[in-house]
Amino acid sequence: MTSTNGTGTHGAVIADTPAQQDDTIVELRNAGKSYGNIRALHGIDLKVHPGRVTCVLGDNGAGKSTLIKIISGLHQHTEGEFLVDGEPVRFSTPREALDKGIATVYQDLATVPLMPVWRNFFLGSEMTKGPWPVRRLDIDRMKQTADEELRNMGIVLDDLEQPIGTLSGGQRQCVAIARAVYFGARVLILDEPTAALGVKQSGVVLKYIAAARERGLGVIFITHNPHHAYMVGDHFSVLRLGTMELSASRDQVSLEELTNHMAGGTELAALKHELAQVRGVDVEELPEEQDLTAPVAKTGEGAT
Amino acid sequence: MTQQAAPAVTPPPASGPKESDGRTTRRPLALRLLARPEVGVFLGAVAVYVFFLVAAPPVRDGDSMANILYQSSTIGIMALPVALLMIGGEFDLSAGVAVISSALTASMLSYQLTLNVWVGVVVALIVSLAIGFLNGWMVVKTGLPSFLITLGTFLILQGVNLAVTKLVTTNVATDDISDMDGFGQAKKIFASSFHVGGVNVKITIVYWLVFAAIATWVLLRTRYGNWIFAVGGNKESARAVGVPVTFTKISLFMLVGFGAWFVGMHQLFTFNTVQSGEGVGQELIYISAAVIGGCLLTGGAGSAIGPVFGAFMFGMVQQGIVYAGWNPDWFKAFLGVMLLGAVLINLWVSRTATRR
Repeated sequence: MTSTNGTGTHGAVIADTPAQQDDTIVELRNAGKSYGNIRALHGIDLKVHPGRVTCVLGDNGAGKSTLIKIISGLHQHTEGEFLVDGEPVRFSTPREALDKGIATVYQDLATVPLMPVWRNFFLGSEMTKGPWPVRRLDIDRMKQTADEELRNMGIVLDDLEQPIGTLSGGQRQCVAIARAVYFGARVLILDEPTAALGVKQSGVVLKYIAAARERGLGVIFITHNPHHAYMVGDHFSVLRLGTMELSASRDQVSLEELTNHMAGGTELAALKHELAQVRGVDVEELPEEQDLTAPVAKTGEGAT
Repeated sequence: MTQQAAPAVTPPPASGPKESDGRTTRRPLALRLLARPEVGVFLGAVAVYVFFLVAAPPVRDGDSMANILYQSSTIGIMALPVALLMIGGEFDLSAGVAVISSALTASMLSYQLTLNVWVGVVVALIVSLAIGFLNGWMVVKTGLPSFLITLGTFLILQGVNLAVTKLVTTNVATDDISDMDGFGQAKKIFASSFHVGGVNVKITIVYWLVFAAIATWVLLRTRYGNWIFAVGGNKESARAVGVPVTFTKISLFMLVGFGAWFVGMHQLFTFNTVQSGEGVGQELIYISAAVIGGCLLTGGAGSAIGPVFGAFMFGMVQQGIVYAGWNPDWFKAFLGVMLLGAVLINLWVSRTATRR
């Protein structure tokens, strides 16, 4: 699939490097972020490997968005360490993160609705030709490349001139993923890509997440849907109130446990006894605390 | 215009590679053309032209046509950068008085210090670009609506224009600079005219069309043009994919500054003096020309060729009313009607374009 004809400064296609043992691309060590006196996030440990999908789950306000903003360069962390290829980094703009191969597909899609599909595909990294005073967009090559890349990801569009706003949410999501893959992303951050989508469209997006993994990308998949996460994930981290509640690989956690952790986890189990005393609340189906066998991430602050 | 409904029964798309998704039907050419705002304003301009051709016989004369085009060009040269700025998602209320500020700077500096007028011209350019930069910088850094920021600079410039002119010349107008060094040369560049087939054509018409051609090329064929659409369409998305939003916005404001300088120099070298109280209200004319030309007030859509027709409509109406022998007070009423019509069409276009 790698379009080797996409030469020039653009479209640096991921080299097919064999997976090594210690190949962590992105690593967070005890990282955190405070906005003034509000600690949005603290004690976060996260590793991203090529060809693996790391799922970050959490309820609204758990700190998922803050986490990806740090990794994608929109915000800076205020505690701990953030390493890319083993080197500590501190991005001040998304451009720097992109240059390191970290691409983000945002919840609000990061597309410009009124612009044509092909212009959106190359936005910020346009192909040009000609010397400076008359340096211009290489429109034919961009259209052709966009069409090829979208077809490679299984997206077929009749008319790349149509404004991207006319596409469905799932299609736009897929265009954004295809763009990130084409522009040499090594790490793909997906911010709730299935949140606003229907069942079928979500399936399509999950398919492209798997496709991106097959192509050797490290994927950070942010979601609050444990079912979607469990379908593609290799590693699961559950965020709660700004800290890590759970960090487990696929063989350490079942879908049921994952769902329980999402739903409130250990706290809910403790609540079971209190609820049992209230009439009309059926607690039989709730898990006991000891049922939750998955390794619970230790929080640096000792917070519950 | 009707939205083409998809056929009620479509075969489910086959899995695997396919040549087309079969979900878009090609709309008739006429419909697609009409949906383009430039085409709409072109038809509007033709309608206004034909109307005055019939209603005001003097318009048919070549000289009056040149006059109408000249009137249009003075609006049109400024409407271009204002339109680009609008596509970039901002607007500049200080554009009208900034023209006068620039002319005043050049005029008073040259006269009071008895310098070559070119010194004044260059300093005026620097001042105009600085005003543009300041507008853009404040808008980008504060995140406040450009309406508020440039309303502020509009009021400041209006006051400074009057007060400083009175302070320096003890008059509301600047002194005549027509006998100063370099005046003839500068007049040749900014305010000359030439004859084509016995018709006296002002040079601003040529500048207007050349600038419009350059702006169209930049907008549609360069990265910078792509960025203008992007920062106007969705600033956050543009930033996230690596578009230099701050640079794009500030440079657009500076482009308006450049336009203000150019028109200011034209006025200075046409009339030899500058009335310090002028320019108020012109900014709304420029903005209206851009909106009538199909630029979306909220940014992200528009063209450079649309405002050319928009400015032509204004020039046509302004002069046409005079040639028809009507009360010129009707001009503003005409403007209002054209503006409202254009806004409604714009609204419809953006809704169709984003409809899922």
